[in-house]
Amino acid sequence: MIHDILITLTVLTNFTLVATSRVNKSIQVAAFQGVLLGLLPLTLGLGFHIHILLMAVAAVVVKGWFIPFLLRRALAKVHIHREVHPYIGYTVSLMLCALGTGMSIVLAHNLPLKPGGPFALFVPAALATLFTGFLLLVSRRKAITQVVGYLVLENGIYLFGLMLIGDMPLLVETGILLDLFVGIFVMGIVINHISVAFDSMDTRQLAELKD
Amino acid sequence: MSWYLIVLPLIAAGVAFAISSPTWRVRILATTAILHLVGVLAALGGWGMLPAGAWLGLDALGGWVLLVISVLFLVCALYAPAYLALRPDRDGRIFTGSLLSFLGLASLLAQSQHPGITWVAIETTTLATAPLIYFNHNRHSLEATWKYLLIGSVGIALALLGTLFIAYAANMGGVEEPLLYGRLMRDSALLSRPWLRAGFVLTLVGYGTKMGLAPMHTWKPDAYGETPGIVGALLAGGVTSCAFLALLRIYAVVAAAGEAPFARELLVGFGLLSMTWAMVFMVRQLDFKRLLAYSSVEHMGILVLGIGIGGNAAKFALFHLAANALVKSVLFLSAGNIHRSYASKQLPFVTGAIRRTPVSGWLFLLGFLAITGTPPFAPFISEFNIAYTALTTGHLWVGTAFLVLLGAIFLGMSDTVIKMVFGTPSAERVRTPYKDTFATTAPMIAALALVLVMGLWMPRPLQVMLQSAAVMVGGSDPASPSEREHARRAIDGGQR
Repeated sequence: MIHDILITLTVLTNFTLVATSRVNKSIQVAAFQGVLLGLLPLTLGLGFHIHILLMAVAAVVVKGWFIPFLLRRALAKVHIHREVHPYIGYTVSLMLCALGTGMSIVLAHNLPLKPGGPFALFVPAALATLFTGFLLLVSRRKAITQVVGYLVLENGIYLFGLMLIGDMPLLVETGILLDLFVGIFVMGIVINHISVAFDSMDTRQLAELKD
Repeated sequence: MSWYLIVLPLIAAGVAFAISSPTWRVRILATTAILHLVGVLAALGGWGMLPAGAWLGLDALGGWVLLVISVLFLVCALYAPAYLALRPDRDGRIFTGSLLSFLGLASLLAQSQHPGITWVAIETTTLATAPLIYFNHNRHSLEATWKYLLIGSVGIALALLGTLFIAYAANMGGVEEPLLYGRLMRDSALLSRPWLRAGFVLTLVGYGTKMGLAPMHTWKPDAYGETPGIVGALLAGGVTSCAFLALLRIYAVVAAAGEAPFARELLVGFGLLSMTWAMVFMVRQLDFKRLLAYSSVEHMGILVLGIGIGGNAAKFALFHLAANALVKSVLFLSAGNIHRSYASKQLPFVTGAIRRTPVSGWLFLLGFLAITGTPPFAPFISEFNIAYTALTTGHLWVGTAFLVLLGAIFLGMSDTVIKMVFGTPSAERVRTPYKDTFATTAPMIAALALVLVMGLWMPRPLQVMLQSAAVMVGGSDPASPSEREHARRAIDGGQR
């Protein structure tokens, strides 16, 4: 039952993420979501196999501490606090997020599950989290909030990956850890370049190239 | 398995990054490129003998793609010394290191027989190529790099989810790890259909983003427009081919499972959409590097369209992969030379390129004629045969739309190219010291000559390999005796 509560909380943090305008808070909520997901594999009754422990520890440390730490450090350099004038407003974002969650449930309903696992809520929650990340990516202007969006999108994939961790640990681990590393680490480097070159992290300034 | 194809370029990358002498760095680059091509040719002798259960190894499909990438890389590596000599202000260390790492990772991808390794290879090629796009270190290249990374990462994340979906499809059917492509294809009857279909859609969108299929292509004009021509050539012919190969591997599994009709409709749809989208943006396109980027979107569309039509068209889509990669190297490198000579890539400023840089101007014009399907260049063979197959196998509307789009793109592109190449150079435009030299043009002449030869003749072993690769894409095992006999007959029957 604990895993169902963790997943419900994860979906609720999705709504907090799209509704918040403070950059600092969105980093905090994303970190909280990372910790929730990190603890999840321990509650599935898969035993305490080395792969499962590794995944849990790596996820809690990387998603819950390391990446938020990097993002906060980048944030401190450029003195921004709020996501001003997002491309899609907060109320509309919230409604879209609700719509996306609903659609995820419908979509997941059409995908059969292996009988007998504790995974009933995994697919809809994974798709809803993926959608939330995507929404954040396209609707926000600040590079740092876009990275938070990518992190949330990644959380959705991680959630799905947990369904396979018992049977195919290697595939899931390499995939998810490498994806996280590339996404966040490399983007962190580029964000640094952006804040040096433009003296801000607003991606509106990255809009000179067009037809 | 040919470890050295992967390890050699990666070691060379490390050495090139570590040493401080620019002369030795470009020597390492060129030597590695030559050794790699020799290694690929040597390894190709064994493409039919891949042991079952191997995680890495060259088969017909991977071998064909790796051969194309290796030749393309050699062209770029021979061009690089002269180019880097013109850019002493920039750090050649990261540049050469990234180029060589890309080659090593592409070799890993071509040999990968496991969807997880394929995905890792695609992910790491993105990493290796991002610093190349940021080569110029200005605001525009930063913007291009940001878009490339952000859009590319989302695409790759979706491809990962698609790969996991397919793994779940296998898991539900009781197929155990390792999920090698061979096993997935053999046990395809066991795979759960809804998950397989959903997984294919996700991998198509994900790897399609890396290929630059419309509407996920938005990073492409910016990235290709802001990088040096040599990087553009490698992205348009190399990175896109890698992503296409990753997609083909998944398509083969889907086709083996008997879900090809569903997948083909999607591929044809994305193909026609990409060609249409590219056409719209190519008309009155004043920036010639962006023009080439949209041409790349168009040709990625042709590739998936050919696979979508299937049969003989799938074989010519694979042939087109080679033709497109080589012609794009000519176009991007000559465009880079012209850009250098005029210090501009915008149309009103760049006119009369044939007078100012005669060799590059001619090469750009011939490259344009080749890519738009003028005989006797190689793209003509593939475009003609894809259209022919479409029209004779009942895809009447698709074939007609394909031909109309090709015609419209020829007209749209020629407007910009003719203004750029012919006419008189504008007097106000200051001439930069750049002049065409042997070193900056010879690699392109060689590539164009190869395109011409490919359009007229292909060695028989390569024809057999291409045929087998097409059979693999269709979801069958080319090593089975009946398929081998079929391939032999198809080639002897006069079909190329």
